[in-house]
Amino acid sequence: MSNSNATDLIVDVRGVEYSIDSRLILSGLDLSVRRGRITAIMGPSGSGKTTLLKLITAQVAPGRGQISVFGADLATLNRAQVFAMRKRMGMLFQHGALLTDLDAFENVAFPLREHTDLTEPLIRALVIAKLNAVGLRGAAELMPAELSGGMARRVALARAIAMDPELLIYDEPFVGLDPISRGVILRLIRQMNDGLGVTSIVVSHDVHDLAQIADDGYLLAGGKVVGRGTPQELLASDSAEVRQFMQGSADGPVQFHYPAPDLWAQLSADER
Amino acid sequence: MSHPKREPLPIRALRSVGELALFFVRVLAHCVPALARPRLIVHQIYNAGARSLSIVMLSGLFVGMVLGLQGFDLLQRFGSEDALGIAAALSLLKELGPVVTALLFAGRAGTALTSEIGLMRATDQITAMQMMAVDAMRYVVVPRFLGGVVAMPLLVAMFNIVGLFGAQLVGVQLLGVDTGAFWSQMQGSVELNDVWEGIVKSGVFGLACSLIAVHSGYTAEPTAEGVGLATTRTVVASSVLVLLLDYVLTAFFL
Repeated sequence: MSNSNATDLIVDVRGVEYSIDSRLILSGLDLSVRRGRITAIMGPSGSGKTTLLKLITAQVAPGRGQISVFGADLATLNRAQVFAMRKRMGMLFQHGALLTDLDAFENVAFPLREHTDLTEPLIRALVIAKLNAVGLRGAAELMPAELSGGMARRVALARAIAMDPELLIYDEPFVGLDPISRGVILRLIRQMNDGLGVTSIVVSHDVHDLAQIADDGYLLAGGKVVGRGTPQELLASDSAEVRQFMQGSADGPVQFHYPAPDLWAQLSADER
Repeated sequence: MSHPKREPLPIRALRSVGELALFFVRVLAHCVPALARPRLIVHQIYNAGARSLSIVMLSGLFVGMVLGLQGFDLLQRFGSEDALGIAAALSLLKELGPVVTALLFAGRAGTALTSEIGLMRATDQITAMQMMAVDAMRYVVVPRFLGGVVAMPLLVAMFNIVGLFGAQLVGVQLLGVDTGAFWSQMQGSVELNDVWEGIVKSGVFGLACSLIAVHSGYTAEPTAEGVGLATTRTVVASSVLVLLLDYVLTAFFL
């Protein structure tokens, strides 16, 4: 991952620091995403994965460092330019985030209606094609409340690819899914990447799922990148932090206990 | 929107007023572009207006009936029962219609607006729109705001009509006030200025209640508790503001 051409980089994060109030979430983060590849961003809960996505999509700005997406420094973009950049992205949210007052068809049609002047027959053809790609052409008229978790995420994926984005971002796409739905989503991520020629960023802590589809991987812990490489390289890593996460050990550099005073001292103080 | 907890109350209050004012400016700036999608606004007029109609009309009927009873009891002491029509009409047009409708609106439509927008935020729907390069202010907030602003005067009109019918029902049908006197005195004494006062009040209350409702929803913490608190804030802030504005507007019109 080190000898990549600069024009090949879709996302380039350099020395990024981000904090909320006085709590440091990310510090000195370096990361890059190459064109046409699936990049997995892994890490335990609270390691800053979702915050990183918010930074890449310009929902929040870093306190320090530089983030470039499609070659443009996000700090130099105005609101209209950020919106133009987002039109080149598709994002799949943790629970789909479908618009609850629209059925599956209208959810997928939503970005097309907002951003294009396509005729109704053309919109219909595109939406049907996108829903077919995720296997839900037959569910076009269902409301979000009538969809299962896996189906909602597939409709959301159809919506995310409606505008034929260059970059697809998946935020915890496997959370709460049964093994079949999980397998379907995994296959779709790979298919979208290969079939549509997009670049993908997948944020998740499901190591073994990601190992099946990711080309590159980053492991975050404590707001820093503690491991990088292909999933196989990460699985074989000697680093204690990487090994703990990849093997799912309860104790290690990331401790089981949240920092607290000595147990006996606390109990004695409570008794007094 | 979280503020340091140790900030003194007056500073927090001032900050909230400032935030609301800035939000209002943002809403106004988005009003013209939002007019390009009239269907969204019409849908929200239906949501805020038509869906509040039954409760507003029912309340209007009872308020009018009480006015009939109380007005008759008071006027009878001076031998002026025939003036019941004027008393009911002026009370409804100038005060009770706009104020009671606004309070009902805050409780019915205002809370619905706040919880809907708050839940959209909590379930990432607003973030999803922004990620699709769709301005949530234009698509979500402004149509609901305009829907409320348009719906309120219409609801007040319905409240007044049904209220007058209620007053007439009790005063004329039950207590025996002369029908001709009831309507003719009302027609002769209610001036256009009285009607204007009610229209202006209903417009201002509609604007205030809708603004507070969409602002509370849009700035709600994206949690179940946050949405609940925002909904409560909508009812309390709208009710207090309506009563305060009522005093200011009444003083202005007198």
